[in-house]
Amino acid sequence: MTTDGWPLWEVFVRSRRGLSHTHAGSLHAPDAEMALRNARDLYTRRMEGVSIWVVPSTAITASSPDEKDPFFEPSADKPYRHPTFYEIPDGVKHL
Amino acid sequence: MTTGTAETTATEGMTASQAALEAVFDAAVAADERIEPRDWMPDAYRAGLVRQIAQHAHSEIIGMQPEANWITRAPSLRRKAILMAKVQDEAGHGLYLYSAAETLGTSRDELLDKLHSGRQKYSSIFNYPTLTWADVGAIGWLVDGAAITNQVPLCRCSYGPYARAMVRVCKEESFHQRQGYEALLALSRGTEAQHAMAQDAVDRWWWPSLMMFGPPDDESTHSAQAMAWKIKRHSNDELRQRFVDIAAPQAESLGLTLPDPDLKWNEERGHYDFGPIDWDEFWNVLKGNGPCNEQRLSKRRKAHEDGAWVREAAAAYAGKHDGRHGNDNHGRDDAHGRHDEQHTHTHGEAGA
Amino acid sequence: MTARTTTGDAGATTVPAATLALGDDALVLAQRLGEWAGGAPVLEEEVALANIALDLLGQARVLLSLVGDEDELAYLREERAFRNCQLVEQPNGDFAHTIARQLYFSTYQHLLYRRLAAGDSPLAGLAAKAVKEVAYHQDHAEHWTLRLGDGTEESHRRMQAACDALWRYTGELFQPLDGLDLDTEAMERAWLDSVTAVLGRATLTVPPGPRTGAWSAGAGRQGLHTESFGRMLAEMQHLHRSHPGASW
Repeated sequence: MTTDGWPLWEVFVRSRRGLSHTHAGSLHAPDAEMALRNARDLYTRRMEGVSIWVVPSTAITASSPDEKDPFFEPSADKPYRHPTFYEIPDGVKHL
Repeated sequence: MTTGTAETTATEGMTASQAALEAVFDAAVAADERIEPRDWMPDAYRAGLVRQIAQHAHSEIIGMQPEANWITRAPSLRRKAILMAKVQDEAGHGLYLYSAAETLGTSRDELLDKLHSGRQKYSSIFNYPTLTWADVGAIGWLVDGAAITNQVPLCRCSYGPYARAMVRVCKEESFHQRQGYEALLALSRGTEAQHAMAQDAVDRWWWPSLMMFGPPDDESTHSAQAMAWKIKRHSNDELRQRFVDIAAPQAESLGLTLPDPDLKWNEERGHYDFGPIDWDEFWNVLKGNGPCNEQRLSKRRKAHEDGAWVREAAAAYAGKHDGRHGNDNHGRDDAHGRHDEQHTHTHGEAGA
Repeated sequence: MTARTTTGDAGATTVPAATLALGDDALVLAQRLGEWAGGAPVLEEEVALANIALDLLGQARVLLSLVGDEDELAYLREERAFRNCQLVEQPNGDFAHTIARQLYFSTYQHLLYRRLAAGDSPLAGLAAKAVKEVAYHQDHAEHWTLRLGDGTEESHRRMQAACDALWRYTGELFQPLDGLDLDTEAMERAWLDSVTAVLGRATLTVPPGPRTGAWSAGAGRQGLHTESFGRMLAEMQHLHRSHPGASW
């Protein structure tokens, strides 16, 4: 999807050190360098970020909603992966 | 991908699997879950969203013009900086919204084409002129105030990308209304001429601001379905009343009056009563007969056309130099350690 | 509002003439960039140009406040009292002219503020903050110079014309500024090296003409401006001047 031949880019912003880059939105730019700059101007006007990634939207491979069940459902029946599954007597600390 | 104005498509010729998909969609909406871009959605839902988000994006972009009209003439450097930042935000908000619309499979080019050719609308309020500096204050207080009243519920809209864009917009817009109110207050408490300027602006902007909520509920064509799909959360009249209830006491604190002899608190209803709105004017401006329709659209078209060679140049350059690697960062001493992270290519995490 | 005079009283700085000149540069360029609002070639650039204008306006307010009251200085001086260089007052023209103006000016401003930030003049603190902003302005201008110069035939032609047209306003940038101990000759060499390199990469030629105008009376730093500047000021000042003594 382009604007006058300017492809769409997905923008990921690290809001501060110690956190992951998070998807902030998208924008159009002719190339990666300009995409970074446009992202800086658009998504960090209010000091929202310390680092930016831009990725061509076409480079993202997403799971399909049709695959929803086989992809994600199996993990739902493995509650023993979660700490709340286990009963620990009251008074036991640091566990 | 979309099918125009079809409230029809949802029910006609539906196959069994479509019915199943629709049931999943309806259940998600009913459970207040968000619909995301790759989810199945009824064609009319998609078309309605594209129409609404596009109109919203166009309004941000066209809405830059009446205020930009005063950037070069702002009466103090502080006001100039505030106004520049605000008009810049509006460009940014337009971009957030066009991005949201693009997730529905319609490119920004297509949407801009429709704006430029008059096939998609923007909010009629921007077809009114900004005649004095006080209009900048009145727009901030009344027009942005009305917009915020409309927009806050959209942060909970059923379509994820639109709701997320609106969260960002609302967060950033909180300063817009306050700066407008503050600017008007300075005028109202200023010289006699300044006070008169402020009153005149409020007199001109009040009624058009009330029209921003759209036609009365019984004449609103898109409302019922939009409410059912939780694109819209409150009716036009409900939001309009909410706005009047907020604005009326604010006007008193400003030391300005609102141009409505019927405006008064109704103890029984717990709301302000207000006089009839001139809907003829509303429909007339919407049809293109407002004071600035032609001017706003031609300025927008001109900016787009004048910029064509620039956009083409950048695309051509990217083609020559392989878009992923601009050939910058050569031959510059970089004593201040700028851009150290910018040129690191990332792997993995973002695409996962 | 303070009661300081607007005629170059020392105020909080010991280099009022230089401070005023740099403040006027930033103010006038911010004003010109502000004229773009709503008319940029693409929405993303709308945001970028406004960012640059806001940085410059911020610099102008700090600098002018060091000399006197920022609004009195901005709104109540006549054309001949402004000390900005002529380069920044040049009309926006097409996007190529705006970018050429940005390239020439931000390259200069970056060299200047880096030196000021490293020195011990009263402007060192301000320069340390501004140098980061200005580095970004230069980066923006260079990226666009490359794309316009090495883009299409039309963009190349427009960008070359813009570089040529503004070339004559660049010599003035390296006049010594009163009270600032700057090696302007070294700055000028560095500026030429930098601009020459960028133009070369952009497949543009360094304009052949002279870098100063032919008028021996001087230029912007002496309060001599080009005709369009008066109109720009008229627009900028008229509302403020129409309400003497008013607060906004």
